[in-house]
Amino acid sequence: MALQAKDINEKSTWQEITEGNQIWEPATSKHFNTGEWAKDQPVFMEEKCTQCLLCTPVCPDSAIPVRDKKRLDFDYNHCKGCGICVKACPFSAITMEGVK
Amino acid sequence: MIEIRWHGRGGQGAKTAAMLLADVAFFTGKYVQAFPEYGPERMGAPVTVYNRIDDKNIRVHSNIYQPDYSIVVDESLLEVVNVTAGLKRDGAVIVNTNRPKEEIIPHLHGYEGELYTIDARKVSMETLGKYFPNTPMLAAVVKVTKAVDEETFLKEMEGSFQKKFATKPEVIEGNLAALRMALKEVK
Amino acid sequence: MAKRERLSGNEAAAIALRQINPDVFPAFPITPSTEIPEYFSKFVADGLVDTEFIPVESEHSSMSAALGAEAAGARSLTATSSCGMALMWEELYVAASDRLPLLLALVNRALSGPININCDHSDSMGARDAGWIQLYAESNQEVYDNFVMAYRIAEHKDVRLPIMVCQDGFITSHAVQNMELLEDEEVKNFVGEYEPEHYLLNPKESMAVGPYGVSNYYMESKFAQVQAMKNVKKVAVEVMDEFAKMSGRQYGLFEEYRLKDAEYAIVIIGSAAGTAKDAIDRLREEGRKVGLLKIRFFRPFPGEEIAAALSKVKVVGVMDRAESFSTQGGPLGSETLAALHRAGNTAKTVEYMYGLGGRDIKVEDFWQIFDELEEVGNGKTVDGYQYIGLRK
Repeated sequence: MALQAKDINEKSTWQEITEGNQIWEPATSKHFNTGEWAKDQPVFMEEKCTQCLLCTPVCPDSAIPVRDKKRLDFDYNHCKGCGICVKACPFSAITMEGVK
Repeated sequence: MIEIRWHGRGGQGAKTAAMLLADVAFFTGKYVQAFPEYGPERMGAPVTVYNRIDDKNIRVHSNIYQPDYSIVVDESLLEVVNVTAGLKRDGAVIVNTNRPKEEIIPHLHGYEGELYTIDARKVSMETLGKYFPNTPMLAAVVKVTKAVDEETFLKEMEGSFQKKFATKPEVIEGNLAALRMALKEVK
Repeated sequence: MAKRERLSGNEAAAIALRQINPDVFPAFPITPSTEIPEYFSKFVADGLVDTEFIPVESEHSSMSAALGAEAAGARSLTATSSCGMALMWEELYVAASDRLPLLLALVNRALSGPININCDHSDSMGARDAGWIQLYAESNQEVYDNFVMAYRIAEHKDVRLPIMVCQDGFITSHAVQNMELLEDEEVKNFVGEYEPEHYLLNPKESMAVGPYGVSNYYMESKFAQVQAMKNVKKVAVEVMDEFAKMSGRQYGLFEEYRLKDAEYAIVIIGSAAGTAKDAIDRLREEGRKVGLLKIRFFRPFPGEEIAAALSKVKVVGVMDRAESFSTQGGPLGSETLAALHRAGNTAKTVEYMYGLGGRDIKVEDFWQIFDELEEVGNGKTVDGYQYIGLRK
């Protein structure tokens, strides 16, 4: 079994790091909680949402999950709080401190 | 080991002649080297090319400073280059010229070994209709150095020309005639 | 069955590459390496290989394309010299740290300036710290043989590092010499197929190459490269022994010539070793105990083995063909002296610089060097760092 990214961290020895730092699996960014970087994060108000899905493609961190053609609440583990979705929403269904 | 130094001018085919000599010697079972003294390539500039021919593997990679033979493909070089520098007393210098030997000797810096001449222009014009000095010079070198038996030389060169001039077979006979004539014209 | 041939070093390299039939060969021309892609592109045009040959717009691109192709899973290479290699600088390090075992056919030529097209080792010596295996050759035969062995060493699972197969510009690259070629089938079977465990074009596995390595990972990554380089010695010896069984030509990490009982020896790289051997044979006829150690692998540097081989030598002359401007000598000098020191070997040493920018070195030059080494052995003090053939 090849070394997996989730098993490599800043305590790994030189033998426990992949050759050439190569990564041999997809979507390893899942293991990296960039949501920790956020000072503020947006809030989703489902009652105002028309499921137009304009917010989803503009999220730089793919932190707005979609299932059965409907968006769900934010993936706060990966949302960095940039606020772009707030601007994109025509129905004021997303709010965030300091973003209009 | 036979060591040969060629003096020519860029574009005259001295390098090709040295490569052909190496080819012929190679096919008779010898160990060979053929290498030019490289610099920026300039048509007409003096060039030096070297051959080593031996019965055992050749390891030395330096230029040749005490050659057995010095070959002067272009006689105007006699004024510019000391073609007999380091040349062995029991070796020879071969000069492409139509002039008598007495006129060449003063340019040889007191060299006491043999001087051979060949009029490569005459041979080339009569057999090829153009001036390609390297083919007659190659034959002259074979004649003088006896590096290769003459019959073997002509046989190998025929094969070599057939390969080299595969796309223009009409020049093969002329080149072979140049070699045969040159073998007789060396003085 | 071996085939007797007479070829230039560049032709020999191109023929070895034809027999290897690599997957991708991007190239940009520069003297004196140009003939290698030139001959090879003819093989491509004639359908003798199925290599993807890519004419690119610079050496920066040729090395980028070669390492990209290697990451994709293709056995790849490029060729260059001198300033061409200088333009690859960044990618040389990337290839090594990404652990991509591609090949660089390097025809050694001086770096500018003054601008010069002739041989010295300043190009490859400048890249000695880039993380590449470096293999050098004395003769056209050795050039050819090194090419046949190179991928086996570089691609070995315990190594996976890029390899530079070096030869002396013009001196071997453009000189026609006798040599023996192996049969196409023999080379094909010896080199084998390239089957990387991980590669970008594998549809069954997603992969990322060359990620950012923050301080917390960087030193571990470098140490892993060093370990891989250490592994080269064992792997190379195995490959060279297997090659010897096929070809009858036995190579080592370095070559010892009349060194067993030598009291005075030189350490040297490349074509000048052949000239030195002729000089040594003549001195041996006079009963003088002289010998030679010819470096084949400069990376990794087989320091312990070299120190052991030189353990009985009284005075060692180390000969460099690349200036380092340390004012102490050249790179081979520094490394050899460090190896001797570490082994507790207190032999006297003299460093010689020779052959820069194509300056010729003759048999007689080696006689003088050995004369001087003997004088040093007899107590004479000489300048510990000298230029051979310098007008002064």
